[in-house]
Amino acid sequence: MSQSNDAEPVYPAVNYLNADRGVWSWLTTVDHKRIGIMYLVSVLLAFLLGGIFAMLIRIEHLTPDPTIMSANTYNRMFTLHGVVMIFMFMIPAIPGVFGNFCLPLMLGAKDVAFPRLNLLSLYLYWSGAALALWGMISGGTDTGWTFYAPYSTTTPMTVFPVLLGVFVMGFSSIATGLNFIVTTHTLRAPGMTWMRVPLFVWAIYATSIIQVLATPVIGLTVLLVGIERIGGFGLFDATRGGDPVLFQHMFWFYSHPAVYIMVLPAMGVMSEIVGAFARKNVFGYKMIAYSSLGIAFVGFFAWGHHMFVSGQSVLDNGAFASISMLVGVFTAIKVFNWVATLYKGSISVKTPMVYACGFLFFLVFGGMTGIAVATVSLDVHWHDTYFVVAHFHFIMVGAVIMSFLMALHYWFPKMFGRMYNEGWGMVAASFIVLGFNATFIPQFLLGNAGMPRRYYMYPERFTALNVASTAGSSLLAFGFLIIVVYMSYALVRGPIAGSNPWDSRGYEWDTPSPPPKHNFDVTPVITVDPHSYQNPGEEVEHVIV
Amino acid sequence: MSSSDAHAAAGQHAHNPNLAHHFETIEKQDHAVRLGMWLFLGTEVLLFAGLFLGYTVYRHFYHHVFHECSRTLDLSLGTLNTIVLITSSFTVALGFHAIKQGKNKTCAALLAVTIVFALTFLAVKGVEYHHKFQEGALPGKWYHFAEIPDMHANLFYTVYFLTTGLHAFHVIVGMSILAWLMVRVIKGRYSASYYVPVELGGLYWHLVDLVWIFLFPLLYLI
Ligand code: HEM
Ligand SMILES: [Cu+2]
Repeated sequence: MSQSNDAEPVYPAVNYLNADRGVWSWLTTVDHKRIGIMYLVSVLLAFLLGGIFAMLIRIEHLTPDPTIMSANTYNRMFTLHGVVMIFMFMIPAIPGVFGNFCLPLMLGAKDVAFPRLNLLSLYLYWSGAALALWGMISGGTDTGWTFYAPYSTTTPMTVFPVLLGVFVMGFSSIATGLNFIVTTHTLRAPGMTWMRVPLFVWAIYATSIIQVLATPVIGLTVLLVGIERIGGFGLFDATRGGDPVLFQHMFWFYSHPAVYIMVLPAMGVMSEIVGAFARKNVFGYKMIAYSSLGIAFVGFFAWGHHMFVSGQSVLDNGAFASISMLVGVFTAIKVFNWVATLYKGSISVKTPMVYACGFLFFLVFGGMTGIAVATVSLDVHWHDTYFVVAHFHFIMVGAVIMSFLMALHYWFPKMFGRMYNEGWGMVAASFIVLGFNATFIPQFLLGNAGMPRRYYMYPERFTALNVASTAGSSLLAFGFLIIVVYMSYALVRGPIAGSNPWDSRGYEWDTPSPPPKHNFDVTPVITVDPHSYQNPGEEVEHVIV
Repeated sequence: MSSSDAHAAAGQHAHNPNLAHHFETIEKQDHAVRLGMWLFLGTEVLLFAGLFLGYTVYRHFYHHVFHECSRTLDLSLGTLNTIVLITSSFTVALGFHAIKQGKNKTCAALLAVTIVFALTFLAVKGVEYHHKFQEGALPGKWYHFAEIPDMHANLFYTVYFLTTGLHAFHVIVGMSILAWLMVRVIKGRYSASYYVPVELGGLYWHLVDLVWIFLFPLLYLI
């Protein structure tokens, strides 16, 4: 059903966007595509909010002395930034938006396995986010997103609603993950064996395993901090024999795997994109699929690398360091396979492809600094400095945001049936990639020179690099602004995209764009392998609709 | 029902009201809900795992005091509760067996018995809590138990109240689910051909039982 080039692209008169009308029909929908769109709106708002806080932090650091806010406000700012970005943006971003929208389409299913649970997960996300934001506005939290005890159990600020919000959002994450696992197991179209599951689905599947297995632990942990604050149960209170380091173990048992909740889906998007824009079969399909599971598995045993200076034994440090390096091995497997896919491909340089190049660079650079901080002796120097801040921003802003933008541009025509402007897409991408480097490379240098993270003021000698970083962040912000403008325009005025503007072989493109309410009238039958660009000129024939 | 809904339902399975539109067969749907339930039980185990970790760490740190404190729990009441819960697991399993054979009345009766056991469990737990409150054997800063000087004994009761409290909460939830199932069994919503919800409710109840089977020896016996 792919579009041949000369045919006029069509916009289906009835589709999931207009099949039912009114706000109420959206709020009560169980359609995975609409839920995906509502997640999209929500996470974009969260991203805007988190971005504003980030800019405020950067502006504060323009000078070594107080610039625009008090020390206490500064503490609240970085906490707000962290909590919003991690729990409200990063974690639900790709699974909630593109997982929801694409996963059933890619599997040839009519919906996820539990559509009502899916809607519930969105409502849980909204309630948790509202709780957390209310807590931070009404009183403010100054613990950082890590909520380390005993500070979090004793600070006079309002921590409880934020903890409760994180707890509730955790349930949302669990519900989404559980739904995707069951969907992948039970709703694959006839002919879709496990080795024909698209790589994005593999990545989401691996992510879901982490969501289901790790999130209950953070839920319990933040609950315990809350109980501790209200009830004085002494669990993390050294004066009563409790152990604050126990908190760190429980926190990182979730929060280290949580970084893979963020990055695995990003890798999944990349696997889809390289094939589509190099017009080649993805090299090493099995390796990419299994390495996702590998990362999910190994990720569970690496948490101690956040605690090298917490008094952990030398043996533990060594073990956690070595296991952390294994993550690098699995990541490298993916990187090599992506590069091999691009090699000798007929690459079309479109906006998603530009982000893909950015993604590769940031992932490799961020990953290598990850290996570096996983080396115990080096980490003693870098721990809690801007070096670590730069490391995880390279991965989380660098790689994950690149991937989010890649996905947004690639699937935008699928979601809304219209195209964005390619030229402006390129301009924005250039601002973002450059601005990003300008923001965070100085932070590596700052950290290495000894500037600690989360400090309100800094010595004179760090001024130049801080100004550079702030300047870079404004480029970054400007890039996002451009995207907002041309995407909003594309939403209403963009040219009609047609069902498959990229001529992609992903199964999700075999429905009209935007897809009809029930995805497929007849269950598709899969007869060839995924990402199959063997004969790029031919009609796509793997699905009989 | 929209036109496409009707279209989807026009297939071979239009007659089965228990089948959601996006599943082709009831077997597939049953497989999905069972898998979903098992995953959910997995998350429950991990939820408790955090507290078990706390127990392990503090027992290791304060081995001696923990041992002493464990002697202050009422072993006979604990044993009684263990027997009550294990029996209730048995009755819920019998209830599942009954509905599979279409015996709705027997099933409802067995679920009712299970709920009575659950209430008994909670009552006994309440009595135990009451004793602890009177003695002052309480968590953290509330600890003022005269018999054992607080050489970190407060932590034992912290762990005790947190684990048994979270467990009791699960008993209440499980009991409510069973009650809901019982009403629907009486109304004839389940039958020999459709009984998966009863099965899942039973599974959840087994988990509640299982957690206790770990808590009991850890808190009362060793
Ligand atoms: C090759 C893989 C990676 C390795 C070996 C690695 C290693 C490390 C280490 C050792 C630290 C602790 C540094 C310190 O606190 O002194 C750290 C921090 C961090 N990493 Fe990574 N990392 C890797 C990939 C990632 C990825 C993929 C993400 C996110 C998507 C990520 C996000 C973070 C975050 C958020 C922190 C800081 C947490 C905090 O203290 O707030 N890392 N990493
Ligand atoms: Cu980590």
